[in-house]
Amino acid sequence: MTYLIKRIIATIPVVFGVITLTFMLIHFVPGDPVDIMLGDTAAAIDKDALRRELGLDKPLLTQYKDYLFGVLQLDFGRSLHSKMPVIDEILERLPATAELTIAAMVWALFLGIPFGVLAAIKQYSAIDNSVLVFGLLGMSLPRFWLGPMLILVFSIHLDLLPVSERGGLEHLILPSVSLGMALGAILMRMTRASVLEVIKDDYVRTARAKGLPPYIVYFKHALRNALMPIITIIGLQFGTLLTGAVITETIFDWPGIGTLFLNSIQQRNYPLVQGCVLFISLTYVVVNFFTDLAYALVNPKVRLS
Amino acid sequence: MSRGRHSKLILIYVGGTVILLMAFFAIFAPWVAPQDPNVMSLANQLEPPTLAHPFGLDQNGSDVLSKIVYGARVSLYVAFSVVFISLIVGLTIGSLAGFIGGWVDQIVMRLIDMLYAFPGFLLAIALVAVMGPSISNLIFAMSITGWTGYARLIRGEFLHLKERDYVVAAEALGATPLRQIVFHIWPNLVGPLVVQASFGMAGTIIGESALSFLGLGAPPTTPTWGALLNSGRKVLTEAPHISIFPGLAIVALVLAFNLFGDGLRDYLDPKKD
Repeated sequence: MTYLIKRIIATIPVVFGVITLTFMLIHFVPGDPVDIMLGDTAAAIDKDALRRELGLDKPLLTQYKDYLFGVLQLDFGRSLHSKMPVIDEILERLPATAELTIAAMVWALFLGIPFGVLAAIKQYSAIDNSVLVFGLLGMSLPRFWLGPMLILVFSIHLDLLPVSERGGLEHLILPSVSLGMALGAILMRMTRASVLEVIKDDYVRTARAKGLPPYIVYFKHALRNALMPIITIIGLQFGTLLTGAVITETIFDWPGIGTLFLNSIQQRNYPLVQGCVLFISLTYVVVNFFTDLAYALVNPKVRLS
Repeated sequence: MSRGRHSKLILIYVGGTVILLMAFFAIFAPWVAPQDPNVMSLANQLEPPTLAHPFGLDQNGSDVLSKIVYGARVSLYVAFSVVFISLIVGLTIGSLAGFIGGWVDQIVMRLIDMLYAFPGFLLAIALVAVMGPSISNLIFAMSITGWTGYARLIRGEFLHLKERDYVVAAEALGATPLRQIVFHIWPNLVGPLVVQASFGMAGTIIGESALSFLGLGAPPTTPTWGALLNSGRKVLTEAPHISIFPGLAIVALVLAFNLFGDGLRDYLDPKKD
């Protein structure tokens, strides 16, 4: 309980930091953001109206205060084009992005953990070498290249899977593999290294000496202790998945927050740009918070320290 | 030398050779590239690879190989600049936090935690989007969160290095704090920093190409790998060569930096043998 309270207290300044940085984004615009959003030819009356709507006519501190209180009440402002609340536009796209990132995470876990454990058990074997090569290659393949290559092979040449857009399960395969590949590779390397460290410990030897079947020794005894660094990586990499989704969604025409974010950039719809950045970053903070809790759950030393 | 250490050296050599080769192409692009990357030959649009154009031609009839050679310039220039700026900022801030400790350390660590909480690539997209696409904005946007990793690493190393006997002895002999940092602590950081910088180069090359892919990199007249990939995506069925080759160039360079970093890290850590 004390650990939970400590973590909540530690997260508060991070949340404020994220909100502050997002607020400052619009002030990085060179010149007048209203001019850029509406164009130089827009009438002065329209510019003034937008400036008032966005609160840009107020002193900076008041703008910040309004933004902060707005965000705390989940009011991220209004989209310039649709005039809908930004949060509604984001929530409308959330299921698509959630579906894609969760599928990518599932791929990565199914690929990374079992093969990582196998490579560690059979160190220096063919499996181990393949895992090492795949690990390095998977980390070096950019998503914006892997995606089109998967389309080229599986959709255009083999005609096995659909090219793009959201639909049934078959629509999810290529985008999620393309998004999750790098994480799978990282997890594989991490699991291998982590299991290799614990496999030489006394309790693993004892478990084997007791005559327990190998899969129980490795997957239950060794993996449980090896899981700690793996959990941290999963949490940290979740943010990479979310931002990677921006690219994957573009390639596969996926109607998620990533494409919403990029469209808002092209339309210079700054309130929506800020909203997307804030939403993704806050999701990242929340995921990291729960990662820490999961870490404490697996490792009593963290709870008690 | 043991077999393990020998294989690490091979990784370092292989990675290093590819990096040097790419750097050579980038520096001497005007002499290495078969032709000017912006020369168009509209009659031969999307021509597949031939002897005259081994990587084929793009939508404008420009030579893909020449664009890739020139693209290496942007990728390496941006990656080197981002890693250099991040390293200098990280070294300064990390050294101060680790050496002084106390409230300075507390403030620095909270700031780092906060920036760490931001997905760096997302912030870079948003910053370039609001500031306008240009190479300098790209470098600025990627460096903003880039330094935190180095600062964390350096601060961590400082915490145990400053307690070492030779540093304490230097202090007892009257060495100023600056002298202790520069001559007694920093030399120990070279290995880990080169490893981190190598991984940093790999990550930044992917980041730069991704931003260029999204149209948020260099101006359209400057050939970049990301922009070439993006243009290839639109004609994937008719002209897959425009997508395949620049991607292979990115994979080769990123893999080279990852191999170099991996090999060097394990080589410097004899416990791994």
